[in-house]
Amino acid sequence: MPDGSHEQPQQRQFNPYTENGGTILAIAGADFTVIAGDTRQSEGYSIQTRYAPKVFRLTERAVLAVNGFAADGNMFVKKVKQRLEWYRHAHAKEMPLRAIARLIQTMLYAQRFFPYYVYNILGGIEEDGSGAVYSFDPVGSYEREACRAAGAAQSLVQPFLDNQIYFKNQTPAAGSSHPTHLPLNDVLSIVIDSFTSATERHIEVGDGLEIYVVLAKGRSTEDLASIRGLQELSAKDEGDRMFIIRRDLKKD
Amino acid sequence: MDHFPSAWGRPRNDQNDMYNTYPIHQRPSSHTNTFTEGVQRTQQPIVTGTSVLAIQYKDGIMMAADNLASYGSLARFKDIQRLHPVGPSTVIGASGDMSDFQHLQHTLDALITDEFTQSDGEANALGPAEVHEYLSRVLYSRRSKMDPIWNALLVGGLQDGKRFLAYVDLLGTTYSAPSIATGYGAHIAIPLLRDVVDGHQDTLTEEDARQLLHDCMRVLYYRDARSLDKSNSFTASYSISLYQLATVTATGVSISDQIKLDTTWAFAEGLRGYGAQTQ
Amino acid sequence: MTSIGTGYDLSASTYSPDGRIFQVEYANKAVENSGTAIGLRVKDGVVLAVEKLVHSKLLVPGANRRIQTIDKHVGLASSGLLADGRHVANRARDEAANYGDLYHTPIPLKHLVERVGMYFQAYTLYSSVRPFGCSTIVGAVDKTGPALYVVEPSGVAYGYHGAAIGKGRALAKTELEKLNLLELSTREAVFEAARIIYLVHDDTKEKEFELEMSWIGDETNGLHLPVPKGLLDEASRKAKAALENFE
Repeated sequence: MPDGSHEQPQQRQFNPYTENGGTILAIAGADFTVIAGDTRQSEGYSIQTRYAPKVFRLTERAVLAVNGFAADGNMFVKKVKQRLEWYRHAHAKEMPLRAIARLIQTMLYAQRFFPYYVYNILGGIEEDGSGAVYSFDPVGSYEREACRAAGAAQSLVQPFLDNQIYFKNQTPAAGSSHPTHLPLNDVLSIVIDSFTSATERHIEVGDGLEIYVVLAKGRSTEDLASIRGLQELSAKDEGDRMFIIRRDLKKD
Repeated sequence: MDHFPSAWGRPRNDQNDMYNTYPIHQRPSSHTNTFTEGVQRTQQPIVTGTSVLAIQYKDGIMMAADNLASYGSLARFKDIQRLHPVGPSTVIGASGDMSDFQHLQHTLDALITDEFTQSDGEANALGPAEVHEYLSRVLYSRRSKMDPIWNALLVGGLQDGKRFLAYVDLLGTTYSAPSIATGYGAHIAIPLLRDVVDGHQDTLTEEDARQLLHDCMRVLYYRDARSLDKSNSFTASYSISLYQLATVTATGVSISDQIKLDTTWAFAEGLRGYGAQTQ
Repeated sequence: MTSIGTGYDLSASTYSPDGRIFQVEYANKAVENSGTAIGLRVKDGVVLAVEKLVHSKLLVPGANRRIQTIDKHVGLASSGLLADGRHVANRARDEAANYGDLYHTPIPLKHLVERVGMYFQAYTLYSSVRPFGCSTIVGAVDKTGPALYVVEPSGVAYGYHGAAIGKGRALAKTELEKLNLLELSTREAVFEAARIIYLVHDDTKEKEFELEMSWIGDETNGLHLPVPKGLLDEASRKAKAALENFE
């Protein structure tokens, strides 16, 4: 070394993790849930692909969004789906949302000392028909929330959601109060605005947007009628229903 | 997200931040992580191949890789093949450690033989999607054992009339796209490839595809190299002027003979510090 | 039979006083009663053919194949107990794959039949097991060229130019002896093999049979493949025609 000292012998360590960018977000309504994610996958400053889904349909009423290290994410989703299939074979019904949430905690914590480097957000409809969002950290801590953003642009989107969904830093007009749940169309606008804004300000967000909408059994689909790029995923129109909305985001 | 403006616009993962005070929020990161100590060390790549390029086009997929295997900056082996057919409708291309790649080639050949012997005369060979899934599982499981297979691989092919092109690397990271490149090519060639390919996969002709990859290989030879085109020189070079092209179409897999890049170096004579000038 | 009631035939680990192992000889009986299988080693390849007796009209045509692939370049036809034949084929595949893993080159047939022979032989040593009720004709084109062997329940493995096992083996062998196998092309051998199978089939005693054939040669790029349907049909047609002239 320049100062005459000897450099320590260096050992190059294999790092089993990387970050693949992107952002996910979910918002629960009274009788619906919206789960969304962008479709860009990147490493460093390179865009690897413009279409790699991060949001996955698990059951008729459950959707899982995964963000972080893509290889871990894909493997984790594969294993969750496998466990849900085994549950179906054993019990002849689909696993309820809150049970999936607990399952995910167990599976994440099982890897406590070599974690899946993945932030999970689970969204869907509970057995009581209410919309629900569960968010997890990589080792399985979880809670039910009304909304959550995670991933590269979490620090941009979450404050916006706090303001728009939880009405943080907003004072209601005298004599009125903030609503506890927003209508679906307002939620969809917030989701789309969140992603267009995150795309503007964060280099790892963009290319495409996939929004899953899960509606509770018996809920009207009227407010989805005017939505562009909507596609229904559920086979039957009784029971809980699921839709996907695909949008382009800026590709730069 | 990194909120420290001094970190913006500069390469990430700097081992120490020369432009800021320490400690700072979340930086620097990885070099001493909790799991580092006490874990036995793995390996590092020894004899390596550089970029592989691949695109989808009208009739299938096309892949290119040069014939050099380097030992650090030494051009060690100048006649190795980095494209490998797997079954009747798949080709893989490898960058990274060549001994790991040869191990994978053998594993895949054994897998294909196994399928062949079990198939009882029925024609239902593994296609590119299956080969890619298999490789992803192998590479991910090895990274999870902290004993990685040190490659970035492209898997391309055609199955039931559908094009398939995907990537998998030593971490088990996978993705699929109309044009993919590994290594230096991901920085240098991808912009050129995306310009031509993306959105035009159904119309791009074989001839244009061939020309596009040829041009990209030349750019890579110019920029991913540190030596001139002296065919017998064994000096520093990460890329070589000979490469091979693989195509997978409805008629099957074909891997070309070595293709020579036409390069011009006359301009270098006029460059200060490059040619024989005294001034 | 003289062995019955003597007590020397109850175990493969017991010799008779005159040095025979009756369990192995009984295993051969299982082979002698089953459909014929033949193999032809010719100038540039190998052809395998079996007379697959169809015991029920309810069976799907082409089911229960008796010719199996061991490695890219190796085929195996069995006579006797079909399930034993399949077990032996799986063992042969393991041996071929093991050789390939170790030496990174396709296993020469000589080495393969040596290993398979040792496996057969191990089942002639213990009272706790029975010898395999099958013989196998193993054919390949390896680095030495075309090769053909028969492995018997005792574990012996002999190399042949032409081989026949099963019910019609005697007649098949005399027919094979008439051929100039060293001059025949693989394609010509396909027709001869089909003719012999049709010839040895006794349709007064047996009901239906299916002709099953595979080949290895230049035309298959050194791979062991079923004879293509068109060629198989043509060979069957010519075989039937030849049969009428023969009678």
